[in-house]
Amino acid sequence: MSVTRALLADGAWTDASVKLGNMVGAVAGFLGILLVIFFVAGRASGRIARPLAVVLFLGPAVLLLIVGLVAPLVRTVYLSFYNDDGTKFLGGKNYGWALTTESVQHVLLNTLLWLAVAPLAATGLGLLLALLIDRVRGQAVYKSLIFMPMAISLVGASIIFKFVYDARDVSQSQIGLMSQLAISLGWHHPPNWMLSQPLNTFLLMVVMVWVQTGFAMVVLSAAINAIPDEVTEAARLDGAGGVKLFWFVTVPMIRTTLVVVLTTVMITTLKAFDIVRTMTGGNFGTQVLANEMYSQSFVQFNTGRGSALAVILFLGVLPLVAYNILQLRKERAVR
Amino acid sequence: MNETGAAPAAEPARATLPAPDPGPVRKAFSSPLASVFVIAVTVLWTIPTLGLLVTSLRPKQDVAGSGWWTVVTHPDLGLSNYHTVLFEGGFGVSGGLLPYLVNSLAISVPATVFSLVLAAMAAYGLSWVRFRGSDVIFFVIFALQVVPLQMALIPLLQLFSGGAHLGSVTIIPAFNLSGTYAPVWLAHTMFAMPLAIFLLHNFISQLPRDLMEAAIVDGASHFKIFRSIVLPLCTPALASFAIFEFLWVWNDLLVALTFAGGTPEVAPMTVRLAQLSGSFGGRWELLTAGAFLSIIIPLIVFFSLQRYFVRGLLAGSVKG
Repeated sequence: MSVTRALLADGAWTDASVKLGNMVGAVAGFLGILLVIFFVAGRASGRIARPLAVVLFLGPAVLLLIVGLVAPLVRTVYLSFYNDDGTKFLGGKNYGWALTTESVQHVLLNTLLWLAVAPLAATGLGLLLALLIDRVRGQAVYKSLIFMPMAISLVGASIIFKFVYDARDVSQSQIGLMSQLAISLGWHHPPNWMLSQPLNTFLLMVVMVWVQTGFAMVVLSAAINAIPDEVTEAARLDGAGGVKLFWFVTVPMIRTTLVVVLTTVMITTLKAFDIVRTMTGGNFGTQVLANEMYSQSFVQFNTGRGSALAVILFLGVLPLVAYNILQLRKERAVR
Repeated sequence: MNETGAAPAAEPARATLPAPDPGPVRKAFSSPLASVFVIAVTVLWTIPTLGLLVTSLRPKQDVAGSGWWTVVTHPDLGLSNYHTVLFEGGFGVSGGLLPYLVNSLAISVPATVFSLVLAAMAAYGLSWVRFRGSDVIFFVIFALQVVPLQMALIPLLQLFSGGAHLGSVTIIPAFNLSGTYAPVWLAHTMFAMPLAIFLLHNFISQLPRDLMEAAIVDGASHFKIFRSIVLPLCTPALASFAIFEFLWVWNDLLVALTFAGGTPEVAPMTVRLAQLSGSFGGRWELLTAGAFLSIIIPLIVFFSLQRYFVRGLLAGSVKG
């Protein structure tokens, strides 16, 4: 037994070293090719020097963007008008299916709910923490710990919370923290958290809030610290204090950042499907658009429907981006 | 927090006032209410992860029989769960998670390097090799940030496996890359471009103009300037974005799920864990050990390089 175990481990280590070798090789090869190109192109002079620089500096990125994002975008819109394997034109039938089927309507509703609750909760809590945390002794430690979930994958975070929400029959001893807490607080028959609708959807949102609050806090805290002292001093001399100071000075001064944070979290929320997929698989009424799209395309192999859902997702993100671009243009104009 | 503006002015001002200058003087004024709130949130934020860690260290029967918090009265911790998930499988599959862990690393490092270098080049091109239309290109790239990756998956997958055709004319041949890391690297590099170019552009476009002009007068080519001036000056920015991108790729599920399949040859930890959490939900001692293995490297990266990471985040989002 111990021999086979040793062999297995041996094989695993060999496999690992081959893979890591490939990794180093790929990186070295990539950098090597670039160095050669740079060396050769750097000798070019005269009229071709500038166009050559434009092509070489921007070419790879633009090419990747066209192949990886622009062309797929066009292609997905095209596929969304076709049947499951892209052979028969259906017109708007896939969109009709998405908007009229009851289960999909429920998915759209859930997505809207996520979009309304999770970003607001994360940004609100982040703002509150940003306001308070700078005045607490040892703030660096607290900041790090609250920010820490940012480094954890949504899959990892989901498993962490799946364990927190674990529920057993009340006759057994509980191993999920939440059930135990509920029982300790005198709730004799707490529900099975992940199975009770619509509570479960909100419990899944908690994971997103857990991950994103630290991000909101760090960014907003930096923005608050960037407010010039004179502004707050002047406001205070004018008699503003407490809540007034917060609403009429702090919030307007960090408005841009607040919006950026809110949109960033919204876009993440809209596109994220890891939490739902890992914790409930979309069952028990928790499905969201991003995961339904994946299921349609890669589990049911209905490319047309999957594409239509992706387009709906895109249309959902579009206003958020449009707003951000307007903001950005304004800033550039100021600069 | 204070409820109304009717309360006495001086006290609430302290309670909600942001720290304009978080120096030693201000720290002396730390209010107890703020401290209580911050500490409560911190505890709340840390306990779930702590529970995961403790559970992964307990023996199987303990995990199944009692809550992890009972470890206080019945401490019995060891690394045997980790040995099981890493080398022996223990999930009803041959082999453990080690190959997936290696895959995560082998996917993240090159994907980070590729996107970083290409994005830095593009950012330099857009800011210092001025040409007509560079502003338009910049805004289009920025806008592409919002294309949901889900949209790109099907076409990209079809491209990788079948090539691109217009009628019967093959424009791009099939790559035949399945079973290798290449599609995952490529997809991550593509998807990282908009954000990477945007953030790095913020740094690179703010380098001192005099420096660049002096170099051009000295006869340096753009390639020389990029290599010997831009890259060294932007090292902190590049480092911060590298951490950001590494965490992002390491933590990604969607791209890996689509382009790597679920096999031990190429699939990373996130894919395997998502599968396991569906089918082995009851084996908490193994699931928690696996989950902790998948988050330990990002956590090390995060805690040791936190300052750079934060700087990278702030570059794109704080505008005073």
